[in-house]
Amino acid sequence: MKTKLQNKIALNIIRIIAALVVLILLFLLGDILISGVPHISWHFLTSASQSFESGGGIGVQLFNSIYLLLLTLIISFPISLGAGIFLSEYAPKNLFTSIVRMAIEVLSSLPSVVVGLFGFLLFVVQFQMGFSILSGAIALTFFNLPLLTRNIEESLRAVPDLQREAGMSLGLSKWRTVMRVILPEALPGIVTGVVLGAGRVFGEAAALIYTAGQSATNIDFGNWNPFNAASPLNLMRPAETLAVHIWKINSEGVMPDASAVSAGASAVLIIVVLLFNIFARIIGNSLYRKLTATK
Amino acid sequence: MSIEKYNFSEKNILQFDTSKHQLAIVTQGLQVYYGDKHALIDGDLEFERYRITSLIGASGSGKSTYLRSLNRMNDNVAKVEGKILYRGLDVNSSMINVYEMRKHIGMVFQRPNPFSKSIKSNITFALKEQGLKDKKKLDEIVELSLKDAALWDEVKDDLDKSAWSLSGGQQQRLCIARTIAMKPDILLLDEPASALDPISTSKIEETLVELKKRYTIIIVTHNMQQASRISDYTAFFHMGHILEYGKTKNVFTTPQIKATNDYISGNFG
Repeated sequence: MKTKLQNKIALNIIRIIAALVVLILLFLLGDILISGVPHISWHFLTSASQSFESGGGIGVQLFNSIYLLLLTLIISFPISLGAGIFLSEYAPKNLFTSIVRMAIEVLSSLPSVVVGLFGFLLFVVQFQMGFSILSGAIALTFFNLPLLTRNIEESLRAVPDLQREAGMSLGLSKWRTVMRVILPEALPGIVTGVVLGAGRVFGEAAALIYTAGQSATNIDFGNWNPFNAASPLNLMRPAETLAVHIWKINSEGVMPDASAVSAGASAVLIIVVLLFNIFARIIGNSLYRKLTATK
Repeated sequence: MSIEKYNFSEKNILQFDTSKHQLAIVTQGLQVYYGDKHALIDGDLEFERYRITSLIGASGSGKSTYLRSLNRMNDNVAKVEGKILYRGLDVNSSMINVYEMRKHIGMVFQRPNPFSKSIKSNITFALKEQGLKDKKKLDEIVELSLKDAALWDEVKDDLDKSAWSLSGGQQQRLCIARTIAMKPDILLLDEPASALDPISTSKIEETLVELKKRYTIIIVTHNMQQASRISDYTAFFHMGHILEYGKTKNVFTTPQIKATNDYISGNFG
């Protein structure tokens, strides 16, 4: 009887804790969405921001955030994939491997503001890249790399060794086995990792303030020549992102509707991250089904 | 019951008269080390072509270690010394292209390990990797190898379904089909039925007896009934030594070595 009671108490405590976590999350999400969603309109999503008058939008910042995220993924994904494959499939147990692993751990524990200042000193000042999308994307790559590498390594490691033996016993080289057997099977885990990393990157402000800059220059959405300074695709223009915009409005915003813009922008940020999550999961699952023939 | 000490220098190993028997693969003085542990000592065996040879012995006797050395699956985990002669080449030499060699010496593992792909792709996958693109030819090989593995009738309408939707026994026969689709000479099987139920096991056994018409089969098994049912020759492994090797009937009815006799009559193992 006593064991049963103990079990019941423990179970209920765990339930309460779990409910608490969910409640806090719901409260946070609800608060942001309730105060933010009423301010979202097509005009708000597409027009440029205003510094002194009310009625400004977040169009440029929204575009900057998405563009920066894409650039970061384009730079960091191949590097992480290579590093992850090396660590999980090829790395011998020696000094070099443990140094690589330690470097990744140190990198992942760096505060993002330190990454931002490092990016500022090295890329913005030393390499004279200025406040630019490229500087921002490289800083975010430092930020994203350790997480993504670790995730890809673990996803590959989770594929049973039996699959590697199957590939090898059919005369496939180790490389082909990894690329055609192991990687497809690890894909859902990798996609989840990319999404989690993307959410972090999308909401990151501290690493961008000193790298991608705090100004949203007017860009011409009719001009898609990446070498033109007014083009949205230009890599060397300063680009304030949504998260940086929220931080700036709240610390030094002087427009009359600052709190409304901040609330609306926060809601948009959260909605975009949620959407990104959902889409990536759908894509990841359908890719997995296609590669593995599971219905 | 404590394990008796046996005299490992006392051996009874069959050697073939090569004017009457065709040999598929021969090992000479094979040694396998896992770190400091000498897991296989002086492995000298000859395997006749188009026959089933069973490797029996207690757990840790070295039989799986020996089998996995034959197509170099132990390369990364153990040090293998000695000669493995196949078609006049030493498979254990560093000059050998292991990937090419494994197409000739295929392997089926203890636990079924189909790829997470469709039933059909499980068979075509490695062939496509080799550059075979002809769809008609691929379909033909799929059908033939599934028929050889006695699986065709059960899956012919579900070729695009995931291999994981099959039962364990069907998965194992798919793995056999996948291996023979490569048209190997020699089929190595590492306890292929130990994870399966009796009905699946007997289906696998029937398949193997059918396959020996065209393949040389070497099978590791814990199941002595299985060894006596299907194999022509049997080798007995004990603590890293191969103590007895001969016709299955002789090994099981009139073993010449005390350790073999004790193992077969169930005194240890």
